[in-house]
Amino acid sequence: MFATTRHSVLRQARTALRTSQPVSAPRLSALARLLSSLAVLEQKDGKLNLSSLSAVAAAQKLGGSVIGFVAGGSAKAVAEEAAKVQGLEKVVFVENAAYDKGLPETFAPLLVENIKKEGVSHVLASHSAFGKNVLPRVAALLDVAQVSDITGIESEDTFVRPIYAGNAILTVQSTDPTKVLTVRGTAFPAPAQEGGSASVAEGVDPKVSSPTEWISENLTKSDRPDLGTASRVVSGGRGLKSKEEFDRLMTPLADALGAAIGASRAAVDSGFADNSLQVGQTGKNVAPQLYLCAGISGAIQHLAGMKDSKVIAAINKDPDAPIFQVADVGLVGDLFEKVPELTEKLKAR
Amino acid sequence: MTSLRILVPVKRVIDYAVKPRVNKTNTAIETTGVKHSMNPFDELSIEEAVRIREKKTAPVEDILAFSAGPAKSQDVLRTAMAMGADRGMHVINEKEDLEPLGVAKLLKKVVEDENRNLVILGKQSIDDDSAQTGQMLAGLLNWPQAIQAAKVEINGDVVTVTKEVDGGVETVKAKLPMVITTDLRLNEPRYASLPNIMKAKKKPLIQKKLEEMGIDVSKRLKTVKVQEPPPRKGGGKVEDVDGMISKLKELGAI
Repeated sequence: MFATTRHSVLRQARTALRTSQPVSAPRLSALARLLSSLAVLEQKDGKLNLSSLSAVAAAQKLGGSVIGFVAGGSAKAVAEEAAKVQGLEKVVFVENAAYDKGLPETFAPLLVENIKKEGVSHVLASHSAFGKNVLPRVAALLDVAQVSDITGIESEDTFVRPIYAGNAILTVQSTDPTKVLTVRGTAFPAPAQEGGSASVAEGVDPKVSSPTEWISENLTKSDRPDLGTASRVVSGGRGLKSKEEFDRLMTPLADALGAAIGASRAAVDSGFADNSLQVGQTGKNVAPQLYLCAGISGAIQHLAGMKDSKVIAAINKDPDAPIFQVADVGLVGDLFEKVPELTEKLKAR
Repeated sequence: MTSLRILVPVKRVIDYAVKPRVNKTNTAIETTGVKHSMNPFDELSIEEAVRIREKKTAPVEDILAFSAGPAKSQDVLRTAMAMGADRGMHVINEKEDLEPLGVAKLLKKVVEDENRNLVILGKQSIDDDSAQTGQMLAGLLNWPQAIQAAKVEINGDVVTVTKEVDGGVETVKAKLPMVITTDLRLNEPRYASLPNIMKAKKKPLIQKKLEEMGIDVSKRLKTVKVQEPPPRKGGGKVEDVDGMISKLKELGAI
């Protein structure tokens, strides 16, 4: 009885306080002062990887101060380049060529040391091959959970992410003191790379030796726009029948549109296109202005990677293909006729 | 020469071909009465472990398949054993799903108790899509890791892994012990033959309750809500290529 009374009195007092003065606004700004983020920037051969700036964009959305972090052989120069990115307050660099390949065995402890030194509440990186490799290891070393591939930020501890190949959207609240997040690039467009004036400071280098040796890489060379960030993507599937046909039909179409080339898993598995071009749950996520696909039926795993595109256009000979349920513009027909015709007419524009 | 004692964690998930539905209360995905099977990436892990044994470039002492989850997870462990795993270990957890960090902590204990020196996991589970457990386990054990493997070569205690990265592949080398996660291109998992399914029923399956493991797997993340994604409405079809071009112009896409 007594407890109930006390409870309701407290509640009354709290309500009175809330109505008499707006408590939420000053509380929020106090929170924003405590909130600070470390955005992990990627570099390759001394050049800032612009797609990693999605971490900065997401950090800005959180509010609070945003610190960029970069490590590698010419990290200082990259840090100076990154200092011009809008929204960064400071860029911390660790200049040591041992970090050039982003090996998680050394990069994770390096990050942990710098996270502790900067005392940040949030750590963000792009959900790229690098981010996926390193951040979970960082989270484990900090004994915190990670929230992967976020597409939205509700508040400083509540995040939105797709699950089940994008068939459901999960809103999740983290109870950990440090929030470790990977960010879906297409959901957080990179901030302007000019006009910022962040300070540049040297970070701590724990100099952990790596048990892993980097041997080599084999990257697809291409003058085309990068698939993950291109504003137009043309994509081919199993319907193209062979690698020769894929190259013969899709390449001129991509050229006519200035588009990147993507592919379905079926096309990749059949050897029509390189693995790195796969769009879908287990490949790349794209959200271009235009996604134009031919010979793709539209399995849920493929839709997971492209259904956030602004305009989806599809050419398929099966009028009942699931792709037509999401396409803004659908054309039923033989792609071996329609694609060359489309390419010619686009070129003639 | 070091002999390999392989651990392959497998997860029971909603079958990849099923379109998942959000439940009425918007708190989770409906799982009752829905077909489940082994996470596709975990099939690749088992297959790779078995192929490592078949290749004989390093002796394999045994392959232990592991799963944490409800009683029905036994089915995926039996499948793993039918594909070639020697033993199964099932940590029974009827409550809500564990988070990757909790699973990584459980796996660390299994690695220590069972003296494992190679762990092969799938790169992600197709339900939660987190892609974290392998990396977290490697971090907790302070072992080398190679994720999204497209090719694994083991010679003695040297492991060379070609990994799928953005824009191509990358090759790294490390010494055992090690954690590897599998990508789609690694192999083509075999089907379990009927005789092997029968044999798998006789293979040893260790069962433990989650509480017996003595590991704190408390949840750090709280589900606020689960929603259907905003539906995309198809804009209908056009008659010909000219129709497509004019519609794309109208939509401002070209």
